[in-house]
Amino acid sequence: MTDTPAALLRAEDLAHIGKASEPQREIVNRRDIRKYAIATNQRQQRYINGDVAPPLFHVALFWPVVELDELTPDGVAIDRFVPTFPLTRAMAGGLHIEYHQPIKPGDELLAVRTLTNVYEKAGRSGALIFYEVVLAVTAASGVPVVTETTTRILR
Amino acid sequence: MSTVESLDVGALLPSRQHTPDNAELFFYNAALWNAHRIHYDLPYATKEEGYDGLVIAGPMIGDWMTQVVDDWLQNQPEADTLMLAELDYSNRIAAFIGETLTSGGIVTEVTRSADADKIHIDLFVKNERDEIITPGKAVVLWSHGTVAK
Repeated sequence: MTDTPAALLRAEDLAHIGKASEPQREIVNRRDIRKYAIATNQRQQRYINGDVAPPLFHVALFWPVVELDELTPDGVAIDRFVPTFPLTRAMAGGLHIEYHQPIKPGDELLAVRTLTNVYEKAGRSGALIFYEVVLAVTAASGVPVVTETTTRILR
Repeated sequence: MSTVESLDVGALLPSRQHTPDNAELFFYNAALWNAHRIHYDLPYATKEEGYDGLVIAGPMIGDWMTQVVDDWLQNQPEADTLMLAELDYSNRIAAFIGETLTSGGIVTEVTRSADADKIHIDLFVKNERDEIITPGKAVVLWSHGTVAK
């Protein structure tokens, strides 16, 4: 793949870079940690007991709680944050996560999603669009807890 | 028992097998609030989407991969001063209910310094055909003080 002059992305697509969501506020509770820990077959008793959250618990904590009429026929939640790009078929993406503080029951956490980058590359079977979304999880005090960068590829 | 102090590049982390069933996959998606039909509607997954079966959720596989490094560091004598600092993963190949997946990892680099050592680990989840379906990386920080737990 090589960098090419933008052929697909329009100025209005690139104008979304920097767009940030409203903060999503969640209170961590022991029951939710326990459910997550059991569902993921954790072996550490502190996770099963819900004393502290496993490293990927924030994925569940900040998964959007959508209503039934917000689901598409395939059962996927309509994503109102990411704009519609000229390509729509999603390929495997990647995640990069930085950990700052553990998550425990009683924590009040805020998450803000920011669209940090949109770009395209020429692939073997045509152009691909890449976009990056940063999920910044902080304590109510603003102290960083988890920072997750997702890169998604559209073809 | 191995220690982080004497850790060498090439050291293997204990591997583990997962053979998830429908209940486990259901619990996972319920914990997220994920209604994607490919995870529970077999006719939809196979006939509409062309999959070989019910698809195991990508971040669920990412979690199993993460447990390799997280369980390993908790079993080190220095566990109180070890912290998972960074994690990368990517779901590349789909996996289905009925498959047995194997997770594992290997130490690729150890950077020593006065304040903290960094341990770089390559992680993977493989399927029964020995294909890496989810590759990943982790950085573990060994603080020469204490870290928040």
